[in-house]
Amino acid sequence: MTFMKLLASAALVAGMATAAFAESHGKTKVGFVYVGPVGDGGWTYEHNEGRLAVEEEFGDKVETVFVESVAEGPDSERVMTQMALDGADLIFTTSFGYMDPTINVAAKFPDVKFEHATGYKRADNVSTYSARFYEGRAIQGHIAGKMTESNIVGYIGSYPIPEVIRGINSAFIHARKVNPDVQFKIVWAYTWFDPAKEADAAKVLIEQGADVILQHTDSTAPQAAAQEAGNVVTFGQASDMAQFAPFPRVSSIIDDWAPYYIARTKAVMDGTWESKDTWDGIGAGMVGIGEITDAVPADVKDEALALKASIADGSYHPFTGPLKKQDGSDFLAEGETADDGTLAGMNFYVEGIEGDIPQ
Amino acid sequence: MMDLSAINPLLFIAGFFVAATPLIFAAIGELVVERTGVLNLGVEGMMIMGAICGFATAVETGSPLLGFAAAALGGAALSLLFAFLTQVMLANQVASGLALTLFGLGFSALLGQSYVGIKPPRLGDIDFGPLADIPVVGPILLSHDIIVYLGIALVVAVWATLKFTRAGLVLRAVGENHDAAHALGFKVKRIRTLAIMFGGACAGVGGAYISLIRVPQWTEGMTAGVGWIALALVVFASWRPFRVLLGAYLFGGLVQLQLNLQGVGVAIPVEYLAMSPYVITIVVLVVLSRDSNRAPGSLGRIFHASH
Repeated sequence: MTFMKLLASAALVAGMATAAFAESHGKTKVGFVYVGPVGDGGWTYEHNEGRLAVEEEFGDKVETVFVESVAEGPDSERVMTQMALDGADLIFTTSFGYMDPTINVAAKFPDVKFEHATGYKRADNVSTYSARFYEGRAIQGHIAGKMTESNIVGYIGSYPIPEVIRGINSAFIHARKVNPDVQFKIVWAYTWFDPAKEADAAKVLIEQGADVILQHTDSTAPQAAAQEAGNVVTFGQASDMAQFAPFPRVSSIIDDWAPYYIARTKAVMDGTWESKDTWDGIGAGMVGIGEITDAVPADVKDEALALKASIADGSYHPFTGPLKKQDGSDFLAEGETADDGTLAGMNFYVEGIEGDIPQ
Repeated sequence: MMDLSAINPLLFIAGFFVAATPLIFAAIGELVVERTGVLNLGVEGMMIMGAICGFATAVETGSPLLGFAAAALGGAALSLLFAFLTQVMLANQVASGLALTLFGLGFSALLGQSYVGIKPPRLGDIDFGPLADIPVVGPILLSHDIIVYLGIALVVAVWATLKFTRAGLVLRAVGENHDAAHALGFKVKRIRTLAIMFGGACAGVGGAYISLIRVPQWTEGMTAGVGWIALALVVFASWRPFRVLLGAYLFGGLVQLQLNLQGVGVAIPVEYLAMSPYVITIVVLVVLSRDSNRAPGSLGRIFHASH
């Protein structure tokens, strides 16, 4: 028994010594947990670009580590714990499904700072950050509504969470605004990253008449499926996906995490880091709109750019009333805009979208 | 709201064939391996190796068919590693197979670094001429690429070989009782190694079908569990070739059905359809367990000649 105690305390001392050594070394260690591979060409790719930007910015003063393709749920908790034990000072967990694991692990490591993307649970050492992708969805919806000839827009959803539902609503509102006949067909893939399944979903939507495909999954497979079909419009998701420009990809939403990652790493270095919620959009540069190609008619492109400008300078909010919910009840009165709380927890479709949100 | 007419039944059923083909290749290869008494859990790893080898070769040479040939070679090459571990070093088959999957996923990601976002050359559908215009049969059966038909032919060939030929008899004997087969003078390790390579080549072609035709592009980890479904499929098929074919259409069809129903707004929870392949497998296992045990007698056991 005493021997075991001795061993345990020896291990503890050794652990402390390593920690102290790492501390004295002066390098800030930043960890990243990714949901897909860094080569996905979409969501995780952009987070990794942000990590590389941190390395570029701070050079020798920083050390970054990442683990890719980490399943959401308990497995991610193990990965985060390991990172914290290995001396990470700051850990970015970059998927919605890491929310509870992040909170759990953060409670065990009060001295390590955590940053969880797209979630809503915070703690003293847990910040949340996300981008207002729905602002970009408004622009996609506008272009989609104008460009569809079959009046069927296909939408590949990942999971029915507020983040994704918000995007569907935003795109639908702006598609309907310019095309009262437009319908959305929504298919849930129940994955963030599964190229074969995403390609199948895109093909099914195309077979059912969609000539515009919007995706909220991370791979470029739907783009490839649309290219194969020949006459289907797509938009890059999370990353520019410019390899499919000028057609089928006619524009994109680009996530730019680099400035945020650099700022937060700097805050840890300076000791000024504190828990907060960041939700930036086009105006702050966290959401970029990829080049609108010449496949889009010039007047539509001008309208889309004007919409982008009005969202960026804050003169227009994509969720502006009058709007009703799918069941016909009132959502926003004339001129009213949705507050962040409503947006963050959005779990209903707006009026006009058919089908139910899977529960 | 529910408008089933939006589903085109011809395209829907034709989609079965495309969805099932990677499964058919991977499962029929694994079936042969398991019939020789070897359990190779590395199907996923061999598939993804085939996916990248086939993709890279097709892009570099411009020939999708050369790509499929390279995929078979790539899968077989990786399976040799498994054969070395389990047949020469006599390592545990389960652990070796899992290691093979992990290694394949990592190594393929490394090989594929410079192939992300590239479009592969397209393999055209076979031109059946006027036959393709036959109503119903034409669009469903005669509108595919050659690999789809090759897959079906392979199942028939494996069935015939196992059932009617001496080679098939020897192969099954090795799987049922390797000590007896050895005593009769059959080269157990050589036969198993060849079977493992055959399984690797088939898995490789199945993987390449995903990266070259079904998706078609290269992304890391793109086989996304098809190899594991193929393993379940072999059990589902109770080690019989034609049941593999049936099961592959069933599993592939369920995925298609689920997506199609969602597209037309059917209200039944899609989770039921999403999990149905696995539920069916479990049900079949239960039914099978009442039957005599059909698994090859030496499945998963290490063979040592001195025993």
